[in-house]
Amino acid sequence: MSDVNTLTPVLTKDWGTDRSWTLPVYESRGGYASLKKALTMAQDDIIAAVKDSGLRGRGGAGFPTGMKWSFIPQDNPKPKYLVVNADESEPGTCKDTPLMMASPHVLVEGVIISSFAIRANTAFIYIRGEILHVIRRVQAAVAEAYAAGHLGKNIHGSGYDLDVVVHAGAGAYICGEETALLEGLEGRRGQPRLRPPFPAVAGLYASPTVINNVESIASVPSIIEHGAEWFSSMGTEKSKGYGIFSLSGHVTRPGQYEAPLGITLRELIDLSGGMREGHRLKFWTPGGSSTPLLTDEHLDLPLDFEGMAGAGTMLGTRAIQLFDETTCVVRAVLRWTEFYKHESCGKCTPCREGTWWLVQTLAAIERGEGSEADLDLLLDQCENILGRSFCALGDGATSPISSSIQYFRDEYVAHLTHGGCPLDPAASTVWGSSLTRSGA
Amino acid sequence: MLPETTVAELEQIAARYPEKRSGLLPMLHLVQSVEGRVTPEGIETCAEILEISPAEVSGVATFYTMYKRKPVGDYHVGVCTNTLCAVMGGDEIFARLKDHLDVGNDETTEEAPGKKSITLEHLECNAACDYAPVMMVNWEFMDNQTPDSAVTVVDDLRAGKEVTSTRGPRICTWREAERVLAGFPDGRVDEGPAAGEASLLGLRIAEDRGWTAPSADASGETGTEPTTAEGAAEEADTARAETETKQQEAADE
Repeated sequence: MSDVNTLTPVLTKDWGTDRSWTLPVYESRGGYASLKKALTMAQDDIIAAVKDSGLRGRGGAGFPTGMKWSFIPQDNPKPKYLVVNADESEPGTCKDTPLMMASPHVLVEGVIISSFAIRANTAFIYIRGEILHVIRRVQAAVAEAYAAGHLGKNIHGSGYDLDVVVHAGAGAYICGEETALLEGLEGRRGQPRLRPPFPAVAGLYASPTVINNVESIASVPSIIEHGAEWFSSMGTEKSKGYGIFSLSGHVTRPGQYEAPLGITLRELIDLSGGMREGHRLKFWTPGGSSTPLLTDEHLDLPLDFEGMAGAGTMLGTRAIQLFDETTCVVRAVLRWTEFYKHESCGKCTPCREGTWWLVQTLAAIERGEGSEADLDLLLDQCENILGRSFCALGDGATSPISSSIQYFRDEYVAHLTHGGCPLDPAASTVWGSSLTRSGA
Repeated sequence: MLPETTVAELEQIAARYPEKRSGLLPMLHLVQSVEGRVTPEGIETCAEILEISPAEVSGVATFYTMYKRKPVGDYHVGVCTNTLCAVMGGDEIFARLKDHLDVGNDETTEEAPGKKSITLEHLECNAACDYAPVMMVNWEFMDNQTPDSAVTVVDDLRAGKEVTSTRGPRICTWREAERVLAGFPDGRVDEGPAAGEASLLGLRIAEDRGWTAPSADASGETGTEPTTAEGAAEEADTARAETETKQQEAADE
C-alpha cells in the first residue's frame, strides 16, 4: 500500500500548527476562503454540492447531510435555525473535542456556510459543559469571526446576516439526542420529543431546524473548496469522504487518525503500533458503547456504514475502544450498563425501568450469583427495551449486552462457576501491564 | 438576594437568545459561580427573569449533573470511571483519591486552615479516551493519570499551588470555571497547546510518510446517495430512523 494515502488529514491538518485556534493562523492556511466562495453561490447549489458529495452525518446515524438540509421547508414563514450538536458524550468518542480545541474556526466557517445554505440567520453551537477549554476556544473563535466581519450583519457585503450563540450544556448524555438537545437549548429538562414532527419542520421554538454533528459541519468548507467530486473520491461506494477514527484502550499509541471511510481496524492498529506488547485484542467497539461489540474476527472489515452493518453493528462515531485479553467483558459491559441507567432521562418506561433491571441482573452475574438462565433473562430484558423505548438511548443500552453474550457467553458462565470474576482487574490497567506503554 | 450585578448579568444571558428561557442553562452556571451551588435565591431570581415558576427552574436544575445543590469546594475533581478509563486504571485512581481525601463520591473535604477544599466525584466519559485514564479538575483535562500523579495534583490544589492542565491552561477555581460556562470569557483561551500528543498521532504519521488528502482535481462518483428520505433512512445506521421516516411519510399523506 506504498502509494496509497492511508491517512488523509483534512480536519486534523492544522492541529500541529502553533496557535492553530486563532483567526490569523487559520486564515494564513487558507481558512475562510470557502466562506467567500459560498457567498457567491446560489444557496441551493451549496445544498446540492453537499448532497452530491455523499457526506453522511458524522454523529453516528449516518443520515445524508445534504438531504437533511433539503428537508427544511423554505416556504415556512418562521425563522430557520442551525444547531450544532457538540455534546460529545458517547463513551469512547473523543474526536469533536480535540477538533474544537485545535481548529474551532473550521467549525465556525462550516456553521456560516451551512446556515447560509439553509437560510438561517441564527445558529447555535451546543457544547457539553464538561470541556471548559474547548468552550473557551469556540467562544473566542466566534468573537474573532464577528470582529473580522465573517459573522454579524451583511457578511462581506452579501446582504446575509448571521448570529452564532455558543451554548454550554450542563451534564446530560441524553442531550446528544437531537430532540433532547433542543429541549436543553430551550431551557428545559433534556428529554427527547416524540417524532413526527421532525426538527426539520418543527424543531427549535417549533421552527424548521437542522441539527448536525460538529464533524459534519466542519467537513462542509472542504467540500465547498474542492468540490463534491473531490470529497467522494475518498471512501467507499456508499460511505464517502474522510472521517476521524479515535483509537483508545490497549493499543500502543491511542490517538486520532483521520482516514477515508473504509479503512480497516487492522490498518489502524498497525499505525498505532499494535496492541500493547505481549497482549492480543479481545473485543472492541466500532463507534462507541452503543454499537455492538466486535472481536478479533472482524479486523479486516471495512470501517464504513455498510461494512459495520454487515457485521451486525454500526459505524457510529468511529470511537474505537480496544480491550485486550486482560479485560473482563462482563465488568466492561456492566459499567456501560450502569452508565445507561444513570443517563436514562426517565421519560419512557422501557428505558427507565429496563436499564435498572439490566444492572440488577448483570451485577448479580458479575458477582457470580444466579444461574445460566439469567443470561436468557438478560436477553429477554433487552428485547423488551430494543425498539420499544422513546429514543435510541434504550436501544444503545442493549447493544453491549446482547453482542457480548453472543461472542463471550462462556465468560459469563465462568463468573457463575467461579463465584465471581476470574480475571484480575489490576492486569488491565496502564501500569498493571508488565511492560510500560511507550505512548503513556 | 443575589448581587445587582449578577441579576444584570443573568438578564444579559437571557437576552442572547430569541426566546429568553433558552438562557436558563448558562444562567444556572452563573448562579453557581456566584453562590457556589444552585441556591433557592438563585432559582427564584432565574424564575423571575424568565417569567416561569421556581418549580420549573428547579426541575431543570435537578436534571443536569453539573448543577449542585450542596456547596462545591474550591476545586472540583472528577475521575472518569466509565468502562474504558475504569479498565485502564480509573477505578484505582478514584479509590485512591477517596481514601487520600477521606471523602466519598460527590463529597467535599472538610475545611482546614490554610487548605483549599476539593469536591470529588466520579465522571462518565469526558471525551478524552485516547488519554485514559482521565481526570478533570474544574472541567480541565488532566490526561494519562496514575494513582500517584492524581494524589500529587490534589495535594498541590489543597496547598494552593498553581496547577496546569496537561493540555490546557492554569487551573482556575470552580466558581471561575462556572462563569466561563455562563459565557463570560476569562482570558485564558490562549494558554495551553492546540492539541495533545495523542490527538496528533495520525497527523504526524501522515507527515512522516507523505500521506495527504487527494489533490483538488481528484474525482469520485457523485450522486450515489439515495433519492428518497426513506431510502436514506434505510441506509442510515438506525432502524429507528427508518421507522420514524416511514411514520412521517404516513403523516404527510
